[in-house]
Amino acid sequence: MIGINLSHPARLIEASARVYRRTYRGSLVSTFFNPILFLLAMGVGLGKLVDSGSGDATLDIPYLTFLAPGLLAATAMTTGASDSAFPVMAGIKWRKSYDAVLATPIGVTDLVVGHLGWVGIRLVFVTLVYSAVMTVFGATTVVEGLLAIPPAVATGMAFAGIVTAYTARLKDEQGLSSLFRFGITPLFLFSGTFFPVTQLPGWLQPVAYATPLWHGVSLCRGLALGTEFEVNPLVSIGYLLALILLGMVLATRTMRKRLVK
Amino acid sequence: MSEPLVTARNLRKSFGELVAVDDIDFEVRSGEVFGFLGPNGAGKSSTMRMIGSVSPVTSGELRVLGMDPAQDGARIRARLGVVPQEDNLDEELTVYENLLIYGRYFGLPKKVIDGRIDELLKFAQLDERRKSRVEPLSGGMKRRLTIARGLINSPELLLLDEPTTGLDPQARHLLWDRLYRLKREGVTLIITTHYMDEAEQLCDRLVIMDKGKIVAEGSPRELIEQHSTREVLELRFEVGTQEEHADKLRDLGTRIEILPDRVLVYTNDADHAFEEVHARGLVPESTVSRRATLEDVFLHLTGRSLVE
Repeated sequence: MIGINLSHPARLIEASARVYRRTYRGSLVSTFFNPILFLLAMGVGLGKLVDSGSGDATLDIPYLTFLAPGLLAATAMTTGASDSAFPVMAGIKWRKSYDAVLATPIGVTDLVVGHLGWVGIRLVFVTLVYSAVMTVFGATTVVEGLLAIPPAVATGMAFAGIVTAYTARLKDEQGLSSLFRFGITPLFLFSGTFFPVTQLPGWLQPVAYATPLWHGVSLCRGLALGTEFEVNPLVSIGYLLALILLGMVLATRTMRKRLVK
Repeated sequence: MSEPLVTARNLRKSFGELVAVDDIDFEVRSGEVFGFLGPNGAGKSSTMRMIGSVSPVTSGELRVLGMDPAQDGARIRARLGVVPQEDNLDEELTVYENLLIYGRYFGLPKKVIDGRIDELLKFAQLDERRKSRVEPLSGGMKRRLTIARGLINSPELLLLDEPTTGLDPQARHLLWDRLYRLKREGVTLIITTHYMDEAEQLCDRLVIMDKGKIVAEGSPRELIEQHSTREVLELRFEVGTQEEHADKLRDLGTRIEILPDRVLVYTNDADHAFEEVHARGLVPESTVSRRATLEDVFLHLTGRSLVE
């Protein structure tokens, strides 16, 4: 990590951007339409049901308004995780493009920083789109929607580093489907995105509070709605930043172990 | 003579218990084509990866372009070109974009890269494919593109790991021709191969590796002279009678070898040996008289048993 030359990761980000320019069409659907679909189905459709029932009493805000910032954080999580799962596996194993990169002056640390840097840019883009959709749906104001972007990006980055480290240790893609089946999807469902964690059985609540997504959701919701945070926001920020750092260190270590033999 | 571009002394690479490269010594001189010839698992690729400064040396000394890969890996890699065994191109991108991105990894300005891409596409006979995506290209084209990519930084030393494996004969000959041109332009080439004809065609000097060790070293000609006779007479006798016929031929060559389907007589004068066979009243079913090749040397030194 010492003496890293930032021009090296920048070259990787440039390369990723060029690849993205060729391949973005495939991901546009998920970037633009997923938020719209989710907000329509869950926020507007299900929301009507919730608001007309006992949900009204628990939430004291419209369900759509409650849901939107949580989904923002959750989307950042899935983006950060999937951008660090399949593309990383491709670089290591399927396409071996990382070998091609490492044959140049670029080193493993540059590679990891460049990869995470690119994921960061993608996250900014994805969350900006999401936040715009949220605002159009009337779930938040422009300013508050923008305020929620940094914690959302931080949530995505926390997952990106850890998932990169995880992927670098995998023999094959089976571990990737397990990651999403047993890791990302349960987090998506139970970290306070769709309903307050207080609705969970008492014994499960501490588990939810320990997840990075819940802290991301709490920050995004607090900022986007201008409401009180569920936990001291400094704790959440510190937690996410610590995870980002840990992820970077672990990712560099596992990648080196995997790629430098 | 100028300083060698690569020097290895007692170079070793082990993976846990397995010793892939077992204390080898060699030197690669400026301007030559140097080959590592050997069966699969001989340690060729491990050696190449150490020279390429991507794989740490386990023990011994290695200097590449006068530098130590452990200290100056990035600086060495900046001046090397690498053509890996498997093409690892970006298949979604175009031919042009692959070269551009790779040039950018070396930190070259786009203007410089664009100039080089024009030359390299001509060199690789890919100028008409400039805007094609890589994925549908033929194996030979992809290989030539990978070589072009390895040349984007105008390297002093180009490393090619089994450059023609899996290519059809036309594609191989085209590739050899290109590699010749590079050599004429003064690029030093290091190649690994398990094709004898390739080694004979391309290499000024080569080492034969087996089980991590260098078992012979020299020019293709020298190796044949040292480890084989000039010519080989191949005699095919009726199945099951090779041994008994061989007994009557032992004095005809410096060495004979009995295979299940034929007897090889290693001699400096195959025609004379053939006359002798007839004079002794032996009538083989078929006969081939040929010059000795690197393959004879190779099989002699590394054995005929299959390594898998």
